[in-house]
Amino acid sequence: MSGDLTLPLPVAPPDARLLAGIGAAGAGAGRALGRGALYVALPLAVIAAWQGAYLAGVRPVLLPSPATVATTFWELAASGELGHHLAVSLGRVLEGFGIASALALPLGIGIGMSRTLDRATDLLIQLIKPIPPIAWIPLAILWFGIGEQPKIFIIALGAFFPVLVNTIDGIRQTDWRYVELARVLEVPRWRFVMQVVLPGALPAIMTGLRLGLMLGWICVVAAELIAASSGVGYLIMDARQLSQTDVVLVGMFTIGAMGKLLDSLLRLLERRLIVWRSDFTGT
Amino acid sequence: MPASGTLQITGLSKGFVLARETVTALADINLSVPAGCFLSIVGSSGCGKSTLLRTIAGLEQPSAGSVTLDGRRVTGPGLDRGMVFQDPRLLPWLTVERNIAFGLNHRPRSEVRDLVQSHLALVGLEAFAGAYPHQLSGGMAQRVAIARALVNSPRLLLLDEPFGALDAMTRIQMQQEILRIWQAARTTMILVTHDIDEAVFLGDLVVVMSSRPGTIRKTMRVNAPRPRDRSSEAFVRIRQQLYEEFFAVAEEAFAYAI
Repeated sequence: MSGDLTLPLPVAPPDARLLAGIGAAGAGAGRALGRGALYVALPLAVIAAWQGAYLAGVRPVLLPSPATVATTFWELAASGELGHHLAVSLGRVLEGFGIASALALPLGIGIGMSRTLDRATDLLIQLIKPIPPIAWIPLAILWFGIGEQPKIFIIALGAFFPVLVNTIDGIRQTDWRYVELARVLEVPRWRFVMQVVLPGALPAIMTGLRLGLMLGWICVVAAELIAASSGVGYLIMDARQLSQTDVVLVGMFTIGAMGKLLDSLLRLLERRLIVWRSDFTGT
Repeated sequence: MPASGTLQITGLSKGFVLARETVTALADINLSVPAGCFLSIVGSSGCGKSTLLRTIAGLEQPSAGSVTLDGRRVTGPGLDRGMVFQDPRLLPWLTVERNIAFGLNHRPRSEVRDLVQSHLALVGLEAFAGAYPHQLSGGMAQRVAIARALVNSPRLLLLDEPFGALDAMTRIQMQQEILRIWQAARTTMILVTHDIDEAVFLGDLVVVMSSRPGTIRKTMRVNAPRPRDRSSEAFVRIRQQLYEEFFAVAEEAFAYAI
């Protein structure tokens, strides 16, 4: 209605342009560059401090230089050895995480919806949940041998509880106002679950999945440190025995980078699934 | 087109247990609303007017007495009664279209599409069918809520302070909008409000409630012709009478509180 009267808004607020010290056309690009620089500044500072420590004379076997580690990384990647170990670890994580999610999601929904089921299962869940998955390794090896199964078991165990607990929490946060609305409109229970409860719980469920995947990834390395002949955890343990700290560091970075990549993928999925939110994202 | 929608409330009382003491929210309410009537209920906050509306909706059970709609006793929520809450209560993850369709159960797809379309048109939001609630203004969101409440063609539409959270301008627009919808849908409507002006502008009948316990203090017929002019003599006179009634009640309650 008042379209004719409003003045066209500048692309960027004037103060931002002044701060950037460049023309209006470059302000957007300048800001993007600034945001990119802010994002990588801290990791770069850590590498610089590391290089500083090397130059200050830390013994290379305790902490090899960034350049050595980069070279080793390149060699291991080029030979296909790193890729092989990474693929093995990733396969294990995805299998364990898949099993955990397939069990935890329906169980979480069931417990979230039913007070009786919640009461019946709560004590057992609370007792098992604090046990670190790694503490299960001795039993897992006795039960499943030293093949793939104990590792998958440990990973699934690690991923299971974050998914379960967050799913239950998400369902319990269902807004009572929507429950009342569904009552007034006589919405059938199935549709109530699909259109009210699950979408409302989705942010919490996604948090659970991200935590679960992260824990699965932590658990695979732990499991491979103990009994394995492949995987990134094995790579680290093998290098430790040979005092190849550069290979140890390559393994550690690979774990970190892969964990970050997996989390980013799930966050991307979350943003695709949750289009309706206009949440606070920090100032 | 619902031909009926006659509401009868007989000897209705409702008590709540609060901190181990029974608080009487409603005491001996008797009310008869003819089909197609627009009834406004005014009262200060805490007078039980919302409880009365929720009891009619079936969300609360009466402690004594009964509510009957077209001779059938109300025992719980039902699609013969639509409800518009103070907040629009739209599901944020559903588009406007799907929010309106949320009230439709067990209907063929084509029927759902037609009903949603016609109700979008009824509230004048055809252009926003695919929008999400967070993209709507407060008035638009409440219009979607009205469309959702009407999509099952209820015989009675209950409005619980539906415009209470809107700004003054939007409020007046929405009052005209609800009148237009009422005339188009021919549904009996019961509006709960604390705004005397709104009650008189919309209602064929205005019920004034007093609090502790919630009782009907007075029922007034609004004999001003529609469309009503808020500055006409008849309108001002009725509003004046209601103000006097209302503030007599409010002062008593105040004295009681001291």
